[in-house]
Amino acid sequence: MFKWKTDEFSWVDFTIDVLRVLIVLAVVVGAWNTLSSGRISLAQWVNLFAAGLSQGSIYALIALGYTLVYGILLMINFAHGEVFMAGAFTTVFFAEALNRTGFLNEQPLLAILLMIVFAGLVSMTVAILLERIAYRPLRGSPRLVPLITAIGASFFLQYTFRGLYGSGFKAYPGVKALQGAFSIGGINIPVAQVFVFCSALILMLCLYWLVERSRIGKAMRAVSENKEVARLMGIDIDWVIMFTFGVGGFLAGSAGVINGLFRPQGVNFYMGFIPGIKAFTAAVLGGIGNIPGAMLGGLFLGVIEAIGPNLVLAGLGIPGANQLKDVIAFTMLVLVLIFRPQGILGERLSEQKA
Amino acid sequence: MALLEVNGIHTYYGNIHALKGVSFEVDTGEIIALIGSNGAGKTTTLRTISGLMTPREGSVNYDGEVISNTRADMLVSKGISMVPEGRGVFAKLTVEENLDMGAYIRRDGAIKEDLKGAFSLFPRLQERRKQVAGTLSGGEQQMLAIARALMSKPRLLLLDEPSMGLAPVLVDGVFETVQRIANEGVTILLVEQNAHMALQIADRGYVLQSGEVAISDTAANLQKNETVKKTYLGID
Ligand SMILES: Nc1ncnc2c1ncn2[C@@H]1O[C@H](COP(=O)(O)OP(=O)(O)OP(=O)(O)O)[C@@H](O)[C@H]1O
Ligand SMILES: [Mg+2]
Repeated sequence: MFKWKTDEFSWVDFTIDVLRVLIVLAVVVGAWNTLSSGRISLAQWVNLFAAGLSQGSIYALIALGYTLVYGILLMINFAHGEVFMAGAFTTVFFAEALNRTGFLNEQPLLAILLMIVFAGLVSMTVAILLERIAYRPLRGSPRLVPLITAIGASFFLQYTFRGLYGSGFKAYPGVKALQGAFSIGGINIPVAQVFVFCSALILMLCLYWLVERSRIGKAMRAVSENKEVARLMGIDIDWVIMFTFGVGGFLAGSAGVINGLFRPQGVNFYMGFIPGIKAFTAAVLGGIGNIPGAMLGGLFLGVIEAIGPNLVLAGLGIPGANQLKDVIAFTMLVLVLIFRPQGILGERLSEQKA
Repeated sequence: MALLEVNGIHTYYGNIHALKGVSFEVDTGEIIALIGSNGAGKTTTLRTISGLMTPREGSVNYDGEVISNTRADMLVSKGISMVPEGRGVFAKLTVEENLDMGAYIRRDGAIKEDLKGAFSLFPRLQERRKQVAGTLSGGEQQMLAIARALMSKPRLLLLDEPSMGLAPVLVDGVFETVQRIANEGVTILLVEQNAHMALQIADRGYVLQSGEVAISDTAANLQKNETVKKTYLGID
């Protein structure tokens, strides 16, 4: 774990090593205090873990969009949080309509499936337009240029939605079938959480099949590895890149619906920002460009966020620990960038690959 | 009529004038060798024909059609296939997936059949079909690159230094393979540093020098040509 440089003393390395020790110490002391105080029961831990998994599976779905695009263009689509928002927001109106006709509660499974597909298509369209209009003309320019454009596009999308629907929150209608909880051995797991986790899992399996087994998935991998040779195979790389944005968009949109049904606070024009950054964190955590990495990174982040504050922060006597989820998430981002920029499963980020 | 006609092409890398009016032609069924020293413009010529680069002047005609402004991926369906310099296998894809990518443009049912054909041409690849291409040896990667280029069922095959970096024993095998592919009716444009071997299997040849065609003749005559002997065959 430690790299003692015998020949040369470097303050940077020293500071990083001190930081490592402090972090490990804080985690151990915090966890020890919490566990020895017995403030939180086993059932409560299980509940936190389950909540973390379902939140994490939403991060994972969004994170896949970052990772897919990075894998193929070495570009971070910082407007991806807004792609998520666009699907989630637009589908609220569709969900309300389904609710008014009563279809949502008569055929909840079918209605939710429709909503997921609807939101997926909306986000897919936004992602494709984004690629076509904002990024494609800049392909081949220095990496900072599309990054700045992404930030601009992000504001554009936020304020378009704000202009159209105002800045208030709109909540998804409640679905009766998702209320209540499964009770297993005295532990209650909300149905909504199980639903979130299972739907995300199904979507991720579909993606895995697409990338690993289908023709277009192989083409995506070929383009990501070598665009010129991919063209020599007859692959229209512009089309494949557009398709990749579309797939990432679809996953983000479906995550928007799943998120909306799972969390009651509703949607607004700014809702994409925090999940966007968290999903980006998850993607970096798993190793950006790495698909299983984004899935694991998302789940891991969700669980750490749910358990971390109660386990470590509360144990250190920090008040209101549960409000500090975001601190955990962003601390994770910073820590990963310092200690393991290639992520858990990833290869080293390289400037020259492309 | 020639299958491929290259008419006075000028191709640039930014300001670098790499091809200065290259002209030659390839008839159906021929093996044409393009030889020349490092930096002569051989790769650039193939890249211009395959559509990866666009000439600033001059044109490329294929099958009676101007193709110098056609995108590389469109040319594959017209029957042009290229084995790029340095092989360019997809290192993270398996051998079989690489071959699938070679057949990307095809929709017909004979792909499975042709996969078997590729494996009978290169039995080594069959043993390694589930292995990622990055773990193959240099010679196996070269076989894969050639097999992959054939999967699109090309009429014209462009080969950029297929013998590069191979042990002498393997080099003979590569040229034998090229000869076999030609016997199947595929027209071949072969770029080689190994002029000796290339001229043995070729019908005609062109010598490129600083972006221009310096000599053009039948392969047999080129083998006897004094300049060629001195400069490219290493015979004094
Ligand atoms: N990417 C590039 N950028 C700038 N100049 C290039 C580039 N690629 C090739 N050139 C130049 O174009 C000229 C022709 O290069 P080309 O690669 O076609 O030569 P070649 O005959 O294939 O050589 P070799 O036998 O070494 O492969 C050379 O002078 C080379 O320096
Ligand atoms: Mg070359």
